Amino acid sequence: MSFTRFLAVARKEVLHILRDSRGLIIVMIMPAILVLLFGYGVNLDFKGLPVYVYDRDGSQQSQNLLKRFQASEYFDVVRVVNDYPALTRSLDDGHAKLGIVIPWDFSQRLSDHRPVQVQALVDGTDDNTANVLIGYSQAVVQGYSSDIQLDWLRNRGQLVQPALFRVETRTWYNEDLESSAFIVPGVLALVMSVIGAFLTSLTIAREWERGTMEQLISTPVTPVEIMLGKLVPYFAIGMFDVIVCAVIAIYWFQVPFRGSFSTLLLSSAMFLVVVLSLGFFISVIAKSQLAASQISLLATFLPAFLLSGFLFSIEQMPVVLQWITRMVPARYYVSVLKKIFLKGTPTAALNTDLVPLALFALVLALLATASFHKRLG
Amino acid sequence: MRSAVGRHPMPEHDNSVVIENLVKRFGDFVAVDRINLEVRKGEVFGFLGPNGAGKSTTIRMLCGLLRPTSGRARVAGYDVGREPESVRQNIGYMSQRFSLYNDLKVIENIRLFAGLYSVPASLLKERIEWVLEMANLKGQEHLITATLPGGWKQRLALGCAVLHQPPVIFLDEPTSGVDPISRRQFWDLIHHMAEEGVTVFVTTHYMEEAEYCNRLALISRGAVAALGTPSELKKAMKGELLLVECEPLGEAVEILQSAPDVIDAAVFGRALHLVVPDATAAIPQVKKYLSDHGVTVGLVDKIHPSLEDVFVSLTSTPDSGKEWEA
Repeated sequence: MSFTRFLAVARKEVLHILRDSRGLIIVMIMPAILVLLFGYGVNLDFKGLPVYVYDRDGSQQSQNLLKRFQASEYFDVVRVVNDYPALTRSLDDGHAKLGIVIPWDFSQRLSDHRPVQVQALVDGTDDNTANVLIGYSQAVVQGYSSDIQLDWLRNRGQLVQPALFRVETRTWYNEDLESSAFIVPGVLALVMSVIGAFLTSLTIAREWERGTMEQLISTPVTPVEIMLGKLVPYFAIGMFDVIVCAVIAIYWFQVPFRGSFSTLLLSSAMFLVVVLSLGFFISVIAKSQLAASQISLLATFLPAFLLSGFLFSIEQMPVVLQWITRMVPARYYVSVLKKIFLKGTPTAALNTDLVPLALFALVLALLATASFHKRLG
Repeated sequence: MRSAVGRHPMPEHDNSVVIENLVKRFGDFVAVDRINLEVRKGEVFGFLGPNGAGKSTTIRMLCGLLRPTSGRARVAGYDVGREPESVRQNIGYMSQRFSLYNDLKVIENIRLFAGLYSVPASLLKERIEWVLEMANLKGQEHLITATLPGGWKQRLALGCAVLHQPPVIFLDEPTSGVDPISRRQFWDLIHHMAEEGVTVFVTTHYMEEAEYCNRLALISRGAVAALGTPSELKKAMKGELLLVECEPLGEAVEILQSAPDVIDAAVFGRALHLVVPDATAAIPQVKKYLSDHGVTVGLVDKIHPSLEDVFVSLTSTPDSGKEWEA
C-alpha cells in the first residue's frame, strides 16, 4: 500500500466529480431534494379528507352531527348535495373520499328513542385511507350517540355514571404523530444507497468502458489502492450528505434528535462502507455503466426503500419477508436512525443493529477487495 | 536514461524482452501461438501484422495484463506471469485506445501518472518539465485533455508512460488515427528514446512505420511468420517481384495464380504484384499469358519488394494485402 499512489487515484477521482456537472448536482443537491420530497410528499397523516353530505332530514340534530364531522381535523365537509346521484358522482369523480347520507327520519327517530342508521359511503381504492375513514367516522358517530344518551338520562334526573373504562393514551417518541418524523430519518438510507452504490458503480464501470482502466492497471498501482482511491472521495461526500440530511431533518422538519450525533456518524460510516463496497463489487462484475447502475439500484436502493422498514413496518410483513429483511443491510441502518432520532436510544443498546451492520460492512468490503484483479478478461 | 525509479536495474548485457513459447488461448481460439522472441536493449522492435493477428494480446501478456496460457516471458529481467508488479514498475505502456482521462487537464494527467509510478518528489518537477518539453506541450498544461488534437494526445500519452524512466516501453499501435506529420514526429520521439537506451516494443499495421524499426517480427494468425531487420526481410523473399498493370485485376489474379512459374500473385492498389523466380525472363511470358486469356496488359516491370510484399509472400494468403494500409 503506497500512500502516494492512493492519493494520486483519489485526487483524480475528486477532479472527475468536480468536472462533471451532473455528478455534482447528484452529489450536492439530490440529498436535499430526496429529504424534501419524502418529508412533504410521503404523508401518511390523514387530515381534512373531503366529505360530501346528503342530508335528507335537514334538522337541527342532523346539523349537529355534521358539525361534529367538521370539527374533527380528519374531515372537511366540502358540500351538501340534494340527491343521491350527486353523492355517488362525487365519489366517482374523487371529489369526496366519504359520502354521508342522513335518513329523512333522523331527528324523528332520535326523539322517539329509536335506533337510527347513518350511511357512510367510503372510497375504498386506497385501502389504508378507507380503513382510517371508517374508524374515524365511527368514532365521530359514537361520540355523538353517547352524548345524546347522556343528555337523555340527565334530562330525566338520573345520576350519570362516568364510563367504567377509559384509555388514557400518551404517545411517546413521535408525540405529535407526524409522519415526517417517522419517514425523514430513513431517507438517509436512500441517499446513501444512491451516493454509495449508484455513483460508484458508474465511475468504475466508466473506466472499463472507456479503456482507461487498462492504462491504470498497467501501472504499479495495486487493487486496494485503486479501490480506496476511488471510494474514499465518495465516502467523504456520503458523510457530508449525512450531515446535510440530518440538518434538514432537524431544523426544517423539526424531527426530534435525541440520540448521540457520533452514533449517527458511526452507523452512517458503516452503512456507507456497505453500499460503497457493493457498488464497487457490482461494477467489477458488470463492467458496463448501464448494467452496473441498474444492478446497483436493484441491489441497494430498492431494498432500502421496500425492505428496510423505512416506509413499511417490518413487523407487519409476512414472516418470509421478515426473514429476507435480515439480509438487507439498510434494515439495520434505518432501525438505528429511527432509534437515535426519535428515541434517543443509548449506543450500547443499539448493538442488535450495529453489530450486524458492522458485519455486513466487513464482509462486503472484503468481497469488493477480493473481486478486483489487475487482469483483463 | 536512468533506470526505473526505486528498482534495481537490469543487467547491462541482458535482453530486455525474452519470449519463450508464449501461448494465449481464448476458449478454442488461439490468439497467440508459440511465439519465441528476444528483444535487445535499446532496440526499436516492431511487431507487424494485420488487425486480429495477436499483436495486442502479446503486448498485454508482456505488460502483465493478461495471463499467458502457457510459455514464459521475461521483461526487464522479470517474469510476466510470476512478477507482474515488478514488470509494471519497469515498463511504460500505451494501450491501443487513447486512455488518458479526457476530463482532466494535461498537467493533471501527468501528475496522476507521476503519482501512480511513485516518481519521487525530488525528481517530480524535472520529470514534468521533461514530459512537457518532449510532448511539445509547454504552455498547454492547463488545457483539458479532450480538447487536444490527436497527435498531441498521443505525445502526452507517451509522456505519461515514460515519466518514471522505464527501461522498456510497449506501444500498441501508438499512431493509429494520427495524421502523417504527427506520426513522423512521434517516430522521431521513439528513436530519440531508443538512443538513450530505452527498449521500444511497438506494434503497428502501417507498413511504412515498420521501416523505422531496427528489427521486425511479422505476425500472422498468432505466430511469427518472419523475423529480422527490414532489409533482411526484404532479401529473404523468395524470387523476384514484378509490377503488373492490367485490366480487369480480379480476373488477372486468378489466372496468374494458376500460371506456370508464378510463385505468388496479389492485388496491390490498382496493380498486381507478382513473385517469379526470374523477373527478366518472366516479363514477356506474363504479357503473353495474360493476353491469351483476354486480359488487357499495360506496364510490366521489375520492382524492389516492400515489406508488404514480404509479408504477403511469407504468409502466402493471396488476399491478405487488402488488410494493409499503405
